[in-house]
Amino acid sequence: MIETKTLPTRYVTQPGEFHTSSGKTLRTDEMIINMGPQHPSTHGVLRLEIVVDGEIIVDVIPHIGYLHRCFEKHAEHMTNYQQVIPYVDRMDYVAAMNMEHGYAVAVERLLKIEVPERVEYIRVIMAELQRIASHLIAVGTFGIDAGAFTPFLYAFRDRELILDLFEMTCGARLLYNYIWVGGLSHDLPPQFIDKCKEFCTYFKPRIKQFNDLLTFNEIFVKRTANVGVLPKDVALNYACSGPMLRGSGVDWDLRRDDPYSVYSRFEWEPKLGKGEMGTVGDTWDRHIVRMREMEESVRIIEQAVAGIPEGNVQAAIPKRIRPEAGEIYARTETPRGELGYYVISDGSGSPFRVKARSPAFVNLSVLPDISRGGMLADLVLIAGSVDIVLGEVDR
Amino acid sequence: MDALQNMGLWGSILIAVVLSALPIIFILLYALVTLYLEMKVAAHMQDRLAYMRTGWHGTLQPFADILKLLQKEDTISSEADRKLFILAPYIVFMGTYAGFAAIPFSSMYIGSNIDLGAFFIVAVSSLVVIGILMGGWASNNKWSIFGAMRSAAQMVSYEIPTALAILIAVMITGSLNLQDVTKFQEGGIQNWVIFGGTLPLTQKLLLIPFTVVTFLILFTASLAEVNRTPFDLPEAESELVQGFNTEYSGMRFAMFYLAEYANMFLVSAVAVSLFLGGWSSPFGSVMSGPVWGLFWFVAKGMVLVFLQIWIRWTLPRLRVDQLMYTSWKVLTPFLFVCIFGVGLILVL
Repeated sequence: MIETKTLPTRYVTQPGEFHTSSGKTLRTDEMIINMGPQHPSTHGVLRLEIVVDGEIIVDVIPHIGYLHRCFEKHAEHMTNYQQVIPYVDRMDYVAAMNMEHGYAVAVERLLKIEVPERVEYIRVIMAELQRIASHLIAVGTFGIDAGAFTPFLYAFRDRELILDLFEMTCGARLLYNYIWVGGLSHDLPPQFIDKCKEFCTYFKPRIKQFNDLLTFNEIFVKRTANVGVLPKDVALNYACSGPMLRGSGVDWDLRRDDPYSVYSRFEWEPKLGKGEMGTVGDTWDRHIVRMREMEESVRIIEQAVAGIPEGNVQAAIPKRIRPEAGEIYARTETPRGELGYYVISDGSGSPFRVKARSPAFVNLSVLPDISRGGMLADLVLIAGSVDIVLGEVDR
Repeated sequence: MDALQNMGLWGSILIAVVLSALPIIFILLYALVTLYLEMKVAAHMQDRLAYMRTGWHGTLQPFADILKLLQKEDTISSEADRKLFILAPYIVFMGTYAGFAAIPFSSMYIGSNIDLGAFFIVAVSSLVVIGILMGGWASNNKWSIFGAMRSAAQMVSYEIPTALAILIAVMITGSLNLQDVTKFQEGGIQNWVIFGGTLPLTQKLLLIPFTVVTFLILFTASLAEVNRTPFDLPEAESELVQGFNTEYSGMRFAMFYLAEYANMFLVSAVAVSLFLGGWSSPFGSVMSGPVWGLFWFVAKGMVLVFLQIWIRWTLPRLRVDQLMYTSWKVLTPFLFVCIFGVGLILVL
């Protein structure tokens, strides 16, 4: 039998206790730090109250609400359903097209109308371009969180081209007011299709370049693999969605599983985290899911651009929409996950209630659970991998 | 020189003042160039142009930056420890500046030709840690304390690989005096310590693997010594806002910056003197002489500074535990192997 070796008592420490050589117990305190709302890596005005023991995170308490702009109350006070769209834009300001798309789908289902084919195709192209643009910000800023500045600017250089496409289409680069209930504000400009194809051929090698520079960098992998592991069941319990959920290996994408628009016509597949560099559901998995989703988005855009039909870009609906009294919950897949709009109509011209289920808000709620026990530097990366946009969290 | 020395005390004071003023003039000029270089290199790596408005291709921008910093209000938070707060940036700069005393810029110029040159530089540049700790502590800001503590741990850890790597060069050259070390390597690129120095051919060939590894480790460790990426944890902006200098503004902030840039050259200069032939020309007696020596020394140093800039804009940052792991479990054991190997070869 092997005798278990016992350490001299003075080396045995409780968390937060430290034994000096004279045998006295020295109590070390935890430190509470505020990270944000003015902090370079909280991606906006998020405040994280962190309890740390040295560099180790004991607890994280997110405080939100610094960017609350009463979206839901505003929506109730509009005189027209269409007037809500500019407010929808301002929720997730880096993925405004997806926000508009979700709202348009919800109100159209409430009205029980179909929109012309061409509209659906253009919406898909816009939504996927926006998804690429949004993911580029996500992976770029994630690089900054890890300490690499150059990938961020590479991402922004490519995002700029997408914004140029949007500007060409609707004049705006950030908040578009382009996808309307029942159609679009106006048709695509004639040169758009060519430019869009050009962008796709330009962009595909750029993804590989970005991967070489950042994703498979030894230091980056060491920093992100096995960090902030979000197991499958926890992800499901917290109702995470989007790349957060798929990063944990759950095969769930609303574009395929609850189809809207014309997504069912294209050939593509959701990408899942497989734990290639560490554990399934670590920050690296969430990062690679975003990288691969961009490739899939390019595939969808190429197919949509090739098959775009001619036609009208506005369904025949009255100028002032009056849906029958009733309610609808419509959900769409934004770059951050499941965006749901719960719209209640009382039969009048303005919505009785618009509730948005914003994906970043829900995803953020899992942050304390997956960052406890990690280091301060990990927390920054985990918060970055959740990919929050505070406009959408606070609404 | 002799005439001045004959003037007695005043003469020697005058000589000392002139000799000590030369490095600071060099540091200021070099900092201006490197500020510009850093921004331009970064920009061109990132598909940008950087400064283009102030002067030709923005060459006057570093002057504008310094003017701006000079005009800025020096804020000291009311809860800060005023004395330490004010003193810290100067101690950091002094630690670096003092190191320049033992650097042989050319065969004719070395601030102080002391026999323990390499040792002196390692010792005196440790002063930087104290300055950073003072600054972080005195700021009374939790992020600053984080940065300062990280910095202290990092610099103390990485001094060991640095010192061991220097020791290997000293074993080969047989001197701690950097001027002697450089003279040992005269006569062309094949005589540099990184290629085995001026030893017999068989010994040289056996030494090369060890010296190359040692040089790479010295360079890596020196990145950590100067807090540059991938070891820029003390001022990790995405984690610690600005780290130990978060609360600093105006000229005091500029002092930290100046010290960082000066330190970049200092560690490069040590590596150049020990491994890359110092001021000696890579072509033997062609293009050699005191003035050419200065040129070669600065050129070699700037190549290493450029490498540091290049690495900074390419790599992500390590985590604290990985940083310690790299120092204690990778670099140090490798250097022990190198010391053993080099020792064996030299004895045989």
